[in-house]
Amino acid sequence: MSEPLLSVRNLIVEFPTRAGLLRAVDEVSFDIAPGEVLGVVGESGAGKSLTGAAIIGLLEPPGRIAGGEIIFDGNRIDNLDNDDMRALRGKRISMIFQDPLTSLNPLYRVGEQLIETILTHLPLSTGEARKRAIELLDEVGIPAPETRIDGYPHQFSGGMRQRVVIALALAAEPDLIIADEPTTALDVSVQAQIISLLKNLCSEHGTAVMLITHDMGVIAETADRVAVLYAGQVAEIGSTRDLIKHPKHPYTIGLMQSIPSLEGEADRLVQIPGSMPRLNAIPPGCSFHPRCKKAFEPCMSKRSPLIEVGSTRTACWLYGAEQ
Amino acid sequence: MTGKTLVKVKNLTRMFDVSKPFLNRIIEREEKKFLRAVDDANFDIVEGETFALVGESGSGKSTVAKMVVGLLTPTEGHIHIDELDMADHNQSARMREMRSQIQMIFQDPFASLNPRWRVDKIVAEPVRAFKLEADEEATVRRVGELLTLVGLAPEDGRKFPHEFSGGQRQRICIARALASKPRFIVCDEPTSALDVSVQAQILNLMRDLQDDFGLTFLFISHDLSVVRHMATRIGVMYLGRIVEISPSKSLFKNPRHPYTRMLLDAVPDLEMTGRDRKPVEGEIPNPINPPSGCTFHPRCPFANERCKREIPAAIGEDGMLVACHGVEEGRLE
Repeated sequence: MSEPLLSVRNLIVEFPTRAGLLRAVDEVSFDIAPGEVLGVVGESGAGKSLTGAAIIGLLEPPGRIAGGEIIFDGNRIDNLDNDDMRALRGKRISMIFQDPLTSLNPLYRVGEQLIETILTHLPLSTGEARKRAIELLDEVGIPAPETRIDGYPHQFSGGMRQRVVIALALAAEPDLIIADEPTTALDVSVQAQIISLLKNLCSEHGTAVMLITHDMGVIAETADRVAVLYAGQVAEIGSTRDLIKHPKHPYTIGLMQSIPSLEGEADRLVQIPGSMPRLNAIPPGCSFHPRCKKAFEPCMSKRSPLIEVGSTRTACWLYGAEQ
Repeated sequence: MTGKTLVKVKNLTRMFDVSKPFLNRIIEREEKKFLRAVDDANFDIVEGETFALVGESGSGKSTVAKMVVGLLTPTEGHIHIDELDMADHNQSARMREMRSQIQMIFQDPFASLNPRWRVDKIVAEPVRAFKLEADEEATVRRVGELLTLVGLAPEDGRKFPHEFSGGQRQRICIARALASKPRFIVCDEPTSALDVSVQAQILNLMRDLQDDFGLTFLFISHDLSVVRHMATRIGVMYLGRIVEISPSKSLFKNPRHPYTRMLLDAVPDLEMTGRDRKPVEGEIPNPINPPSGCTFHPRCPFANERCKREIPAAIGEDGMLVACHGVEEGRLE
């Protein structure tokens, strides 16, 4: 693999609270190559959104990066001050949020928001910026962009709004887009449109994407590689095809089996007992062991490192013996 | 279709007044505006089956659910449950008895439980309201049983809803729905707020309870894979109309209405089979000004002149209905 565009090393995100220090992201490491789509999946509370927020420097206080490094294009960005981070954010790394209704300002026309973003990051005149904005809207598949550019967000449907948000994210031609649940608020038919749009645009522009979602289906359609997060840690990471077809970690296996399928006879869904631990009660050792059927002695006391099994890397002691 | 019909829905229509306020209408000389959320829906639910309604947001599935349980009154049409017309006010005694046999499970387990009530009070409410137990001691025992039934402990009754996770809260909602010993439960997107692994637990629980108590479900969902797992028969809704009704198996194997085909194509391909998918065109139109004729015609690749003019009637037999001119004319198969 070539030099990674983004490299996250042992990232720790902590929240100091009255009840004690909560560790929401616990030594997460992964790389994203230029132009690659990395899917990050996990259930609510797994720390996937916080990982994204930490990379782009939008952690809500009192949340803070308590350890590890984030290296973007060869430079550390986790310790940048506000001004330097602002120069990077939107220009080289941009973000797409879940709810297109709240990520657009309802009081400004769509065009004004696009032009503002373009003028902030690119050396263009207002007229040129407007032309560029129309091009962008056209590119994301909004019909009649010359007139729609003067519409307000409420005049757009949910899918169209998410297209506008994608246009905003692409405005400055970033190297990396962090898409946090970009299709969760949308219907399936619109979701299919948005996923293929995002995928096509990013491969045309050579933009890398960190796609955060809880939906394995979306990952299967879009991502080149997947990282599965559980209780703030990477449980398994590897190429999408291998991970979906042959999951190794017991959590990934359970997760894949619990998804109702459209084909075959499914009488009873396989279920993982219990639920994800709360942050103030993360079990010692492997955090999945109380729910794991295959848990054995080392799981209770020590966390497994990521072990290479085939083409994926898995944090599970079951595969430790093969080394 | 065998067995006794429990729920019969006939020509069900619901309009919502979406006009501007009176004064604005006078000044701007505007007519009253109505939104037809549900338009002439017909279906039957047989005792012991799970009938599912699927469709995108705005297709009217939740409105149907609310009318069936009696939270909204129909503008037109009738709902018969166990041969009792739910709009017939002359039979209030039977109606009251019937109400205890219909329950609902809502989408958001965070919003459907009173945060200030302890769980035992929440679950006991239907028992007390319908006076199902003789005394307080029996009520407490019953609440304990119900909580055990859904996989919680009787001691959990002393806690408040915020002390539970989303899946556990949905279990509490199910316990509350079971408290009045219902025969018919309407589930409006019961798992869409939950994570997949928790969703599997709740779906399995609902199926077990259905087997144990012979419950009948009306199951509302937008997720086709969940519906396939739960339903015996499925109705597909689009812009307030039911466009296709079919047994679950044949709907997935052999979808007939173009909209059903499109919905199935849009489901992400998790198996990575590389199955051929047609890109989906367009979005659901504004229901205030629905398209003429068949409301699906602007998005339908098979639409012709007739589809733009005439509203297709639902035709078919053996519990399989489809409302499409193309299928009727034999253009589509």
